Formats: sequence, structure tokens, C-alpha cells
Amino acid sequence: MVAMTVNGKSVSVDADPETPLLYVLRNELELNGAKFGCGLGQCGACTVLVDGKAAISCLLPLAALEGRAITTLEGLGTAEAPGPVQAAFIEEQAAQCGYCIPGMIMRMAGLLAETPEPDDEEIRAALQPNLCRCGTHMRILRAARRAAGRPSEEDNFAFAGSGQNVGGTSS
Amino acid sequence: MKKVLLSIARLAVLVVAAFFAFALSPAEIDAIERPAADSFDADLVAKGRDLAALGNCLTCHQSEGGAPYAGGYGVETPVGTIYGSNITPDPETGIGRWSKAAFVRSMREGLGREGEHLYPAFPYTHFTRVTDGDLEALYAFLMTRQAVAKTVPNPDLPFPMNVRPLLAAWKLLFLDEGAAPSDGLGDELERGRYLVDGLGHCGACHTPRNLFLTEKTDAYLRGGEASGWANPPLAGDIHSPSPWTAVQIATYLDGGFAEAHGVAAGPMAEVAAKLKDAPAADISAMAAYLVSLQTGVAMPSADNSKTATPSERIALGETLYRGACARCHEANGQRGTSAPGSSQGLPLAQSTALHAPDGRNFAQFVLHGVEAPNGEAGWPMPGFADLLTDEQIAAIADYLRHELAQQSVWDDMSERIADIRSQGEVAR
Amino acid sequence: MTHHRSSSPLIPPITRRGFVAGAGSLTLSFALSGRAAAQSEESGVVDQTAELPGSLSKAPFLDSWIRIAADGAITVFTGKAELGQGIRTALHQIAAEMLGVDPQRIELLTADTDATPNEGYTAASHSMEESGSAIMNAAAEVRAILVQRAAERLGVDAETLRVEDGVVIGGPEDLAYNMLVDGETLHVRYEGRGRKPDPATYKIMGTPFPRTDIPAKLTGAPAYVQDLRLPGMVHARVIRPPVSGARLAEFDQAAVEAMPGVMAVVRNGNYLAVVASGEYQAVEAKRAAEGAARWTGGIALPERSEIYDRLQASAAEETVIHETDAGSGFPVKRLKARYTRPFQMHSSIGPSCAVGLFEDGRLTVWTHTQGVYPDRKAIAELLSMEENAVRLIHMPGAGCYGHNGADDAAADAALIATALPGRPVRVQWMREDEHLWEPYGSAMVVEASAGLAADGTIADWTYDVWSYPHSTRPGGAGNLIAGNLVADPFRLAPPTNIPQPAGGGDRNAVPPYDIPGARVTKHFVTDMTLRVSALRGLGAFMNVFSLESFVDELAEAAGADPVAFRLAMLDDPRAGDVVTAAATDFGWDGWTAPAPGFGRGFAYARYKNLAAYCAVAIELQVTPETGAIRIHRAVSSVDSGQIVNPNGVRNQIEGGIVQSASWTLFEEVLYSPDRIESRDWSAYPILRFDAVPASVRVRPIDRPGEPFLGTGECAQGPTAAAIANAVRDATGVRIRDLPYSPKRLQTALRETEFS
Ligand code: FES
Ligand code: FES
Repeated sequence: MVAMTVNGKSVSVDADPETPLLYVLRNELELNGAKFGCGLGQCGACTVLVDGKAAISCLLPLAALEGRAITTLEGLGTAEAPGPVQAAFIEEQAAQCGYCIPGMIMRMAGLLAETPEPDDEEIRAALQPNLCRCGTHMRILRAARRAAGRPSEEDNFAFAGSGQNVGGTSS
Repeated sequence: MKKVLLSIARLAVLVVAAFFAFALSPAEIDAIERPAADSFDADLVAKGRDLAALGNCLTCHQSEGGAPYAGGYGVETPVGTIYGSNITPDPETGIGRWSKAAFVRSMREGLGREGEHLYPAFPYTHFTRVTDGDLEALYAFLMTRQAVAKTVPNPDLPFPMNVRPLLAAWKLLFLDEGAAPSDGLGDELERGRYLVDGLGHCGACHTPRNLFLTEKTDAYLRGGEASGWANPPLAGDIHSPSPWTAVQIATYLDGGFAEAHGVAAGPMAEVAAKLKDAPAADISAMAAYLVSLQTGVAMPSADNSKTATPSERIALGETLYRGACARCHEANGQRGTSAPGSSQGLPLAQSTALHAPDGRNFAQFVLHGVEAPNGEAGWPMPGFADLLTDEQIAAIADYLRHELAQQSVWDDMSERIADIRSQGEVAR
Repeated sequence: MTHHRSSSPLIPPITRRGFVAGAGSLTLSFALSGRAAAQSEESGVVDQTAELPGSLSKAPFLDSWIRIAADGAITVFTGKAELGQGIRTALHQIAAEMLGVDPQRIELLTADTDATPNEGYTAASHSMEESGSAIMNAAAEVRAILVQRAAERLGVDAETLRVEDGVVIGGPEDLAYNMLVDGETLHVRYEGRGRKPDPATYKIMGTPFPRTDIPAKLTGAPAYVQDLRLPGMVHARVIRPPVSGARLAEFDQAAVEAMPGVMAVVRNGNYLAVVASGEYQAVEAKRAAEGAARWTGGIALPERSEIYDRLQASAAEETVIHETDAGSGFPVKRLKARYTRPFQMHSSIGPSCAVGLFEDGRLTVWTHTQGVYPDRKAIAELLSMEENAVRLIHMPGAGCYGHNGADDAAADAALIATALPGRPVRVQWMREDEHLWEPYGSAMVVEASAGLAADGTIADWTYDVWSYPHSTRPGGAGNLIAGNLVADPFRLAPPTNIPQPAGGGDRNAVPPYDIPGARVTKHFVTDMTLRVSALRGLGAFMNVFSLESFVDELAEAAGADPVAFRLAMLDDPRAGDVVTAAATDFGWDGWTAPAPGFGRGFAYARYKNLAAYCAVAIELQVTPETGAIRIHRAVSSVDSGQIVNPNGVRNQIEGGIVQSASWTLFEEVLYSPDRIESRDWSAYPILRFDAVPASVRVRPIDRPGEPFLGTGECAQGPTAAAIANAVRDATGVRIRDLPYSPKRLQTALRETEFS
């Protein structure tokens, strides 16, 4: 029996202690936010917050979670009252199939908890572990900017190390 | 204690240097007009490119995401940060006005064109071994790069380390200029040694250093440390359940992975990424030479007092291992194996990191994971820093040492992990 | 989906029972429409012989598409599936606009064999042309019928009446739609009586209406088939052979059955699956079963380095698909080139999943298949069941981009569920199941040769494309993995050689330009070495990459500006508009490289030569020392005909550009003679955030009143070619082999001055 906090509520889970958190969330706790993408720590679809930090849940055994605080997508808000990061993603219509987006939102929530005003490079770096196959990246970056409090019309997402974009946009 | 000694040493050097700094102030070599790129022979440039790969020049002479050879990467040394210089042919901020002679002198003697002493983070103690022909090729290669105007920061060093002339004294004591004599090893081994000791500068990381931060000649390639990593010994008795073969070393050097031993991570990841572009024959030669230095494997006998009774921590470690690690590090549920059935995780029973005398590298791997090379197949591993606590990682370490390495558990592992965690991730 | 009920006094609240009663013709209409043959899957053309718009040709009764309940609830049916492309929202907008009701009041039901029309596969960017046109025309006609009824009832001229939010007004009395329908009102054949409103008056179509499915998906509501939890549901995992064709020689079944939670081991020939009460128990049982199974034999794969030669040397069905008369120009210069593309994956972010329930002789499967009807047929054949005893219900999965593991996972769920009657069985593929067993996009080779006349125009053009098939969708049970593995295996149906004008491997092989002396030949090779099927765009990705690379090579040889060179050969003004728009937005004229290593590239195609027009211009930077390509800007314009949702169009193009950049820069299935090596993301790297362009801009060009043109796949080819052309511009090197991996770039650049 492992006792932890999930989205602010204390829960006790009785399952094989080696079970990765992802399966516990999806089955024992019937939460949909964390998605199964690879189970190998390669894609970030299963990202949640553990003690406030973004963490993949597919390789995080239940036995490691005694007393820890988990936040899932559901803990950020609801369709009627989305949390700020969710609202930013909805505002930017940042989804195609949407399967990767919960992980992206959780990464951003984790980043913002640590760095309230991340720049583009920090956003890219924070999202690097997460894959999107639909190619929704531009919208995800726009939503991330919006969540970071600086929505913008024009894309111009700096690359790491470049400080700014050499090419820029012309119109 | 170490600090006190270092201060005494610094003081001593300072006194000696006060004299020599004046006596040895080297001359400036005249600036030239930047030579046209097409004045260099294409074959020479191509040869230079290979040598630059072997020398890992980019590792220090390119900042994260910055232009190649434009410098700016901060090399952390025990005394402070030194930034890789701009070695593109930009006339103002790079080496565009350097003649070949100036270039050769910098590589051999650690001097800038104007005669200023360069910090030995630039490993001229190794580069001094490089032949004239190779230096000429490197020069041709660098002078045909894209010129980039970029000024790199000054070294961030405390007094007296920031007094460049003091380096003259250091060199006098420790710089052994020129090529090493041939000792009849035969063509391939000699080529290997030339590359390992010269451009490859393997000793810079793999040979322990003395108080003057100089490589200990009597402990050649017996293991060193950098950025919180233990750089394993390449010579003598190595830390591995089985010797490395030449093929394994070659695969590791230019592919970053040897299934029977480990994956290049931390500072070595960068090295392997660059060596990928080096000629295969040179990699083989280096591997052949390195293999010839191995005398055996150092496998401390199991300490029964620590392994006989599986502790509670070991039991916890097993549970955590099964949920967090086994998915990739085991094939078909068989412990310690890795085969087509697994997701290309290393078979841990063989891991060099797991057989090392201390758990530093193990902790590095688990905390920070392994990044895949950009856009190419690789052996990525997620970092567990935000997933597992120090105590939990230590439990996994205990379990693996006990069960897979069949050796005593590492001492003070939780503290060691905490320590490495506090240093943060060092990119290279 | 919330069912909004109007509080308007005109629309009396009515119970669910009332809804069914009011709909009246629910079963009857399906007796008529449900059996229509499935549309040929990737064929690219809406049945051209049909006179009725879009899928109305397959389901001509209005109530197949639209039903109005006595309580005013309006239900719109589509046989298409939401795959992340936003079709649900676009269809919703169309229905609302044409019916003249608040979108909130419409419920949209997607693919379900018990409820919706058979619209074949949701594929080939057809949904707007097929379902969109059907719903648009059906809705317009429903509106016309109801207005006519109101006019009759009120004794006024229909012309004097208008519709406002589902209420016919303007007469002596306002009449809501639901007061005008009874049992059979809408159970009539479509006749084209409806007059569509002037596009200038559209209020819902043409606006960036927010996607209706996004809030739920972004807040964790159950939205995907992966999220379906039925009472008593159990978890299954499949165990596949290490290579295709291997036989299960030995299996220690007892060892697996003894594991905690394991409820069943399903073995049927070489088909193997485990079922456990807990999901992680099933995962563990799968691992144990993999260790307990010994396989022998199996097919040998080719050496990766030999695949292109092998493809060209294989027996092929050859078709000349395009020929034009010789022109007057005499070739003074000849260019030849060979382009290659490796096997590439769909690699959905969420591996395939399905839930099956076998109860009282009836089987229900919840699946993210693209074709509930065709997959049902294959599954019925696999299980020797009557088709009408099998129901497939679509639920969203992760984006699929073509024929991925969805159909096979549905078959797995079906097969395993029949072994555990009464139990809902959830089958979730693991990452390696998807990577190793999904059908890949075919490896392809193109050889092109062209002459340039003295005046710099193209004098002749020969183009040959070699490809494995681009559709092996079910079909029958032989097109399912389970069908091949069971004790009494089914044979793969001969793959379709999809004909022009859409084409399969030859899709977009015909140049969109006016070129004399052209001859285009397709070499269709059915001796597949790896499992292949439809991947977004089919042959169009490779053909546009090759064709538009080659056009650039010719422009360069002719000393012409690439954009001007293209414009001079384009007759279609809409094509010209798209090209000009992209070039203008990019700032093509007067562009200079902002720094060394920069280059720009341009490409254009009209998808399938009959769907959306798309042009892409790219500015990128190459770092020769590392071989890294950094895309700074992508600028695109697209003409999809009448735009229903401009934001949806943008989303599709942005996504297409980024996905195509990933294909172009990084992707290649790795394999050796004894196995496929790309078993997860480590050996099949795709684009991550560090490689995402700094900026992607899309300009949709609206064509009010014009037919919808499929848009979902149109950016794939032009993006690849624009990258290729920009790399050439940046480095002077023309790379003709995909992908443009750092390694390949480095190798190519080694030979040049540039490095
Ligand atoms: S599912 Fe956890 S990282 Fe992919
Ligand atoms: S939106 Fe589909 S995977 Fe990201």
C-alpha cells in the first residue's frame, strides 16, 4: 500500500509496488491525462508533475512514490474551467490529434513552476523530451509563449545558442 | 588540505615566475593578410578536416548552438573557467591574421600570435607532439572555414591564475615540447600512440593530474576525472568484468556505444560524436594502441560482509529496478541480458560504470540519462533526477552491485548522488 | 459531447424516447444505405460517375445524414472519423451553416457501422470532398424541404420565409424545424432541391471556429479509445514473431499462465496473446511470454544498402501514365538524376489500441480505424462471422497519417474477445509492436531525364518511378496481421495498383507543368520486402520531392529564377496564384542570404493534381561541420477551394510542413537481413523541438463557392522539395537521397568547397 497525493487528494494504492505510475493513474485512479506513448522514457506522452517537477510516469515505480505529490492534467483544470496552461493551449488551438498535448502541457506547467518567465530557448529545451507526431509544434510553442505570459502574433522562435534568429521574418 | 597545498604551490610558482616572466617574454609574430581560401590545396584541407575530428577541436571551439570553430565554450577547470577561442579565420576576432608559423607555435608552445601565453586547458602539452605536416593540414583546414566575427569572454580566473606570464613558468616546468621518439611499436601501434598522445589528447582526461594540474607521467592513462565524472583508466588494469577488445574500443570511439561495456556519456559523448567523422583506419589504430595498454581487469573481490545479507535497501532496489530500468535493460524478462528483444538498453551485467570502484558514473547516468545524437539513431536514456530520490537511486545501485556486478555495494552512495545532483548536469 | 437543449418555447423539451420516435426512419434508412460498397480506399477520386455530390452517391437518403428529433435535437451523421485533422469541427460548421442552426444544437456522430453511412476509409484527404459535400448538400436540401413544408402549412410563398437558428420565420407563425418533421419527412432521396446560400452570407463556414474536441482532450476527459473503460474490462497484449513469417516452434504456456493476474493465453497457430486482469500484469506477461516462446524461420530482409537496386530489378507492372507530344524545342543540354526514399513510418505517438466485447454472439469493437466498414468486413471474415453480427465503433486514437496498426489492433481485440465471451478486452500495442508491425511507407526510386532547349525551356521529359504498393488496407482478413498468423491463415489480397489520376506510387508523378515530349512511367512492384501501405500522401511525397528537385536543377541549368521558371510553365491561374502568394510572402525577390550557410528553396504541387494547391518556400541554414540543417522559415500558401475553417486549414498545413521536415531530415526505417532495427524512437529518430523551425506561416487562399479540395496531405511533397532546393542553394550540393540526415549532409559536403 503506497500513500501519496494525487491532484491534491490523498490516495492509497494497493498494487504491485514495481508498477509504473502511468498504469496506476490510468487504471487504479481512472485518470486519462497521462498517456501511454512508449513506456520507455522516450516520448514524454506520460508526463506528470512529481513534487512540482515534470517527470515521465511510465518509468516511475509506485514504490518510489510514498508521500510524494503527483499532479496530472486533470489537476490543472477542467474543460469548463481550464487552468492557465490549458487555457493557453486551447486559445492557440494547439492540437491535432491531441494525444501528445497533455504531456506538453505538463512540461510547461513544470517549467513555469521553476521559471515563471521562460524565454524561447528555455521553452524549447523544456519541451525537448516530448515528441509530437502530428507536427503541432508551432502551435505548441505559441501556446507555451502564451502560457508564459507573452502571447505573440508572429512566430520567431529562437534556436538554442543563437540568441536571436538570423533570418527573421519578412513580409 | 588539498586547498592549502594548492595555495602553497601557487605561491611558489608565483615567486619563480616573477623572474621568468620577464626573462621569457616571447615575441609577437607578424600579422598577415588573411590568405584566400583557394590558396590552400583541397587535399590538404580534407586531411585537416580529418585531423580536426581526431583532435575534437569543436568540443571547445564551439559554443552550444554557436558557429563551428567560433569558440565560446566555457571549459571548467579546477581553477576557473576558460573559454575556447575563436579559431575561424576572422581577421579581428579569430585567427585570420595568423601565419602558419604563428599557428604552429601556438600548437607547440602554447603561445598566441602576439606572444601571449595560452592556458593549458588548450592541450598544447599534447599538441606539441603533432607533426609539421599535420599542423600544416590543420592550418589549411581552419583558414578555409567560414570566418565568424565573435569575441569570446576572457577567462574567469582568480588571482594569480589570471596573470598570464605565470604560465611561462608553468611551461618551463611541464611543457615537454616536440614529437616523442619512435620506439619500434610498429606502424599501426605507433600511429595509434601518435593520435592518442597527440591530437587525441586522451590523457587530458584519462591521466590523473598533480598539484600543478599537470598530467602525472607515472600514471599515464590510469584514469582521471572531469565534470563530476570518473574517467576510467585506459591503461593497466581496467574496470570491467572483461577486457575491452580493439573492435569494441573502435565502436565505442566512433559510435559512442559498445554493447559489452557501455555508452559514451557526459564529456565522452561529445568526443565520440566528433570521432564519428574521423577516418576509420585512425580509429582502429587508436583502438589497437589502447588495447595494448591493458594489462588486465581490476575486479575487487566481493566483500562478503556487504553482500552476504541482502538488505532491505537491496530489496527496494530490486523493486525500483524492475519498474524503472528493466523495461530497457532486460530482454524478455531475463535479468542482465540485452538482445534484440530489448529496447537497446545496455546489458548491465557488463557495464563498466557498474564495475567501477566508485559509483560516480553510475549516479551520473541515472540522474542525467543519455542524450541521443541529434537526428541519428542512438541509445538515449531518460534522466531520473526528477523521478527518484538519492536514497532510491542508491538502493538501485546496491541491488545492481550486489546482484549483477556481484561486488560489494558502494560506500556512501546516497551522499555521492546528492553531491552529483547538486553539481547539476554538465553538458560535456 | 454535451447535448445542448434549447430553452426556446418553440422547441418543447422531449425525452430520449421522443428523439427516437421522432427520428422515425432510423433503421429503415440504414437498411438501404448501410450496405453500399466501400469506396476504393486510396483511389483519390470521388466516384466520378456518380451524379450526386460527394458521398450522397453512396447514401442518397437525407436521413442517412441528418435527423431532427421531436425535441429539436439535430443529429448529423458522417461515416468519416476524426483523426486529429479536425474533420468533426469542419463538418459541424457545414451542417450548422446549411441548416441555419446554432452549432451548439447539433450533435455530430462519426463512423459507427450501426449508425452512420458507409463512407469507406477516412483517407486521401477525401473527407471534405466526400462527407463535406454530402452533408452540405443534404443539409441545404433539408432546409429547403422544411421551409417548403412551413410555407405549405402557413399558406404562404416559401420565398417569403427565412430560417433563424432552426426556426422558420417571416410567416404568420414561427415554426421550428422539429414541428415540421415527422417519421418519413427526411427519408427521401437527395434530389438537389436545396439552394445553398450565397457564400458571402456565411456566418459559420469560413470562420476559425474552435475545434469542438479540443477542450476535452486537453483537460483529461475520456476522449480516446485508449481511455475507454468498460465494467469488467481486462487487458491484453500481443506477442508477435521476431520477424515476419516466423513460426512458433515452442512455447511454455504454463509458465505464463502461472503469472499473477494472467487470465488467459490465446494461441492460434502463430498468433499469441496474453490476457490479464491488470494492465501492468499484462505487460509483464507479454515480456515473460516473449521469453517463453521460441520461433523458427521467417523471411530474410534485404540489406538496406541494396534496397533501391533490388526495387528496380524486381518484376514490375509497368504503365505509361502520361505522354505529351514532342515540342518544337531542340534539347541542347541534358540532365539526369536518380532520387531515392527509404521506408518510413507513420509511428503514431500512441501505439494502436482497441477494445472488443463478444456477447450473445455479437461482437463490438471500439477502434481508431480509418474505416469501420472495411475493417468490419475483414474482421468478420477472420472470425467467420456474419458482417451484421459485428459492429465497429470509431473512437479517436493518436494521429495515424494513413494505414497504421489501427485495423490490426481492432482485429486483435476481436480475436481475443471471442476467446473471453462477455468480457470487454482492451488490447494496447506496446511501442515496439507499432514500430515493428505497422505497414511502412514504401521505399521508392525515381529516375528523371530532361532536355533543355536553347531558349531555356524544357524540351523533353522522361520520368520513371519504382515503388512497392501504397495500399494494403483491408481488404479481407489476409490484410490483417492476425489473419496471417492464425492456424488457418488468410492470404494477403493482391495489392491494388491505384490508377491515375490519383495514383499510388505514381501519385503526383505527372508534372503539373506544361512540358512537351513528356513520358512518365510507373513501375509497380508487388514483391514487398517489408510490409507497406498508405502513408500520408502516398507516392506524392517522393514524387514531388523528386520532380520539384529536378525542376530546380533544370532552372539552375537554364540560369532561371526557380519561381519564374515554374510560373512560366503553369497554365492554371489558381496554381499561379498559390506560387505567387508564397513567393511574395517569403520575400523571394530581392532575398539575399543573411549569413553564410543560408539558402532558400521553393516548391509547388497540386496534391494528386486534382486536390489542394500548395506552395512552400523555405529558408534554412546548413552547418557543414555537423551536417545540421536548421529551418528558419517556412512560408506557404494553399488553395483548398471553399474554406470551411481557415484555422483548420492552417493547422493541417503547419503540421504537414513540420512532419514533412521530419521525414525529410531524419527518417528512415533501419533493418538488417535478420530483423527490423527501428523498434522504438531510439532507432527511428524524428524531429524534436530543437529542430522545429523558427517560423511557419501559412496563407490560405479562399475560393468562396468553389468545391472543397482535400488539404490534409498537400504540404508533404512541396516541403521536402523546398528543403532540398534550399540545401542546394545553401551549399551548392544537390542531395537526391532521403533523408537529409546530419551524417549524409556531412558526407556529401566533404566533397565540396563549401565545407
Ligand atoms: S510513455 Fe513515458 S516517455 Fe513515452
Ligand atoms: S497533436 Fe498529435 S501527436 Fe501531437
